Amino acid sequence: MAHFTCEVVYRGIFQKNLAARICRGIVLSARKAGRWGIAFGRYGDSPQRNGIPAKDFAIVADTQEELEQNMARYEPKEVDVTICVDDTLSKGVESWAWYGLQPINRLTLPNGTVLMTSVQTAEALLKDIHKKEAPYNLALIPAKASFSGLWVFKEDHTEARILGALAKIQPEFLSLDAVCQAIREAEWGSDLKAQSARKAHERLQMRPVKMTEGNDETPFSFEKPKWWEMREGVSIPAIPVGKPMEGGKGYVPERNPYFKKFTTRTMRPVINFDTCVKCTLCWIQCPDSCFDVTPDGLYDANMDSCCGCGVCEAVCPVKDCITMVNEASFEDNASQWEMWRTNKDTYKTWMTAKIEDKQHVVRSHGFRFRGQYEQEIKQDLDAGGIEITAGIPGENAESKKR
Amino acid sequence: MAVETKAVPVASDDKEMLISGSEACAEALALADIDVVTAYPIRPYDTVMQAIAKKIANGNLVAEYIVAEGEHSQFEIVKHASTVGARVFCGSSGVGWMYAMECLTVTPPLRVPMVCMVGNRALDDPGAFGVEHNDALVVRDLGWLLIWVDTAQEMLDTTLLAYRIAEDRRVFLPIAISADGAFLTHSQAIVQVPTRAKVDRFLPPYNRGDLQLHPDNPITVAPQANEDWVIEIRRQNDEAMKRASTVIEEAYADYGKIFGRAPENPWFEEYMTEDADVILVGMGTISLPFKVGIRNMRAQGKKVGLVRLRWFRPFPTERLVQALSRAGAVGVVDRDYSFGSPFNSGVVANEIRAAMYNADKRPPLLSFICGLGGREVTLEDVYKATDMCYAAAKSGKSDTKTHWLGVRE
Repeated sequence: MAHFTCEVVYRGIFQKNLAARICRGIVLSARKAGRWGIAFGRYGDSPQRNGIPAKDFAIVADTQEELEQNMARYEPKEVDVTICVDDTLSKGVESWAWYGLQPINRLTLPNGTVLMTSVQTAEALLKDIHKKEAPYNLALIPAKASFSGLWVFKEDHTEARILGALAKIQPEFLSLDAVCQAIREAEWGSDLKAQSARKAHERLQMRPVKMTEGNDETPFSFEKPKWWEMREGVSIPAIPVGKPMEGGKGYVPERNPYFKKFTTRTMRPVINFDTCVKCTLCWIQCPDSCFDVTPDGLYDANMDSCCGCGVCEAVCPVKDCITMVNEASFEDNASQWEMWRTNKDTYKTWMTAKIEDKQHVVRSHGFRFRGQYEQEIKQDLDAGGIEITAGIPGENAESKKR
Repeated sequence: MAVETKAVPVASDDKEMLISGSEACAEALALADIDVVTAYPIRPYDTVMQAIAKKIANGNLVAEYIVAEGEHSQFEIVKHASTVGARVFCGSSGVGWMYAMECLTVTPPLRVPMVCMVGNRALDDPGAFGVEHNDALVVRDLGWLLIWVDTAQEMLDTTLLAYRIAEDRRVFLPIAISADGAFLTHSQAIVQVPTRAKVDRFLPPYNRGDLQLHPDNPITVAPQANEDWVIEIRRQNDEAMKRASTVIEEAYADYGKIFGRAPENPWFEEYMTEDADVILVGMGTISLPFKVGIRNMRAQGKKVGLVRLRWFRPFPTERLVQALSRAGAVGVVDRDYSFGSPFNSGVVANEIRAAMYNADKRPPLLSFICGLGGREVTLEDVYKATDMCYAAAKSGKSDTKTHWLGVRE
């Protein structure tokens, strides 16, 4: 009697087909050895919102009876492997349902594995991933955050690579041959994808993580009220009006302390306060009211509430005053304006480094020109991937290659 | 055996009027000084909307009168008006009530003390105007308070009571007052209409307090919630429904003190049940032929009584069990159907069966369906049901069949 539980933490909508492919792939691969399995999404994440963290699960077991122990749940209590196909999620997972901020490795069993695609090093990722009170392994496939499976993007073989890597992590449940067979049989599969799975299996990097390693911040949490403590009539108080920032000047809106949204962010605005013309557009247009008005009339994006949509960058009339930079480049949510106010030279050095860092200006969405994604994805090739074919899910990739 | 009919004590300043059940409702609405009323015509409810329109046109009532484009909007509009603090009235019948169904489901969880009149009407098809209770009964599980009345006087009194009960902060739930189509909505009787001064003593202004939508009280109502909140919200409504029982008893006691007429037992009327061998149970105007039949049978020495259920939600479980346990047999007469239900009985019969399950003494219970689609309930129906109950009392056994009365066969 044995069972194997796996979660895929992914970006809502953008990666939903990818996550579904991985979870279905796990069950169908395990089925080759006669095992039983289920694949499902966390219902509270649904209906999904663009970029908001969400989860899918796959559970396989030797017998149907053992599988039943894990059915009719929203979320398993623990998983053998946590899979993450966008490394900016290493900062935590906050669903739009009120589950609070969950560390990416929260459900990972002691000595279990967090399997990620990333172009960052394990050490860089561990600055974001929260500490865990048990050792576990960090397994890395060198690749950028994938949008494989969303119809507007090209196939990048991420699902095949993840399945190949899983065959290395859990060979007793998923043999490499079974995985390759399941990939070939999938509507999105091909011989080339089976090859990608074998390569990932070969090149997977595993690194044990000690209890002492990781981000030691305590994620915010809250107690849910009892039924007799809750307001009646399905009503909740509005967020109160905000306050001046300091000395009666500026303006900081009140924010919901139980729902912060920042884990939705894959890019954040970096602001050049020296060129800001105080036009107010970023402040007015921000859909999440995330800008604080500073006493000197500047606009400081609050990093707890910014979800990285990029509207501020788009509406800013000043060239390069606001630049969206990949979230992986940052380790905290500190105020940029405070840093600028404290030391303008230090800030300029920091800001220039962020904006000009070629690796981190890689965009997760809002591409500036047609073909930018294809250019960026070549980095995967340099990092050991194989050439990506043209293809749309559900269609024969080969016939698209002209 | 001659039976003395008790006269309704007439308070000196009451005005006597010859009005229908629907007009009696409108008299009460004017006395309660409602703020917003929505209307969409469907028979027999439309008699109320006409009566209110007339009151407004004649200057007897100042209220927003909105004719909606259908029942769905009709009920949505008053729901929203109530959340900003307006005293509201609404109503419908039959499939019109069904068309408002989505609004009917959202009203109790939002704790909106809407008062409605349901002119009971058979559900289509076939299109029919006559009374069946299935329309109002459809909301029985949702948090609506449900009451059936049998005279125009009771309609007036109950409408005033309904605002007092629904708008009590401990309750804040909607109330539907059911009136049998034709027999009550369209027939005029002598009604004692109280003065506005009395009503003002009885009915405080509607105060929605911290639940009022107002710029000075910024709240969000009805946000999306997931599995981590919903069961708590249901539990809150469960508690409000339980608290309603206390509030109902308080309100009737006060009504009696101020208006000089209120039943001691708000929940159901007991007619000649003290010594009854057989107790018949029913709701609405079914009581009238049954009372006549009972008097006739009493004259022949048959000890028969009637329990006319007023409040169906909250269901008066303990009091009803107590009242019915005394009988040798109980016959429940439903003016509704519940196809495929236990024993293929009507809704009321099965509710009473459930209520009696844990009782120490369970008399035989027989289930009857009659008067569907507004068919008259005849004295023969009453005698037939009573005879069957007597047979059951003698054998001591419930019979598991449901008997249809007055159907051609």
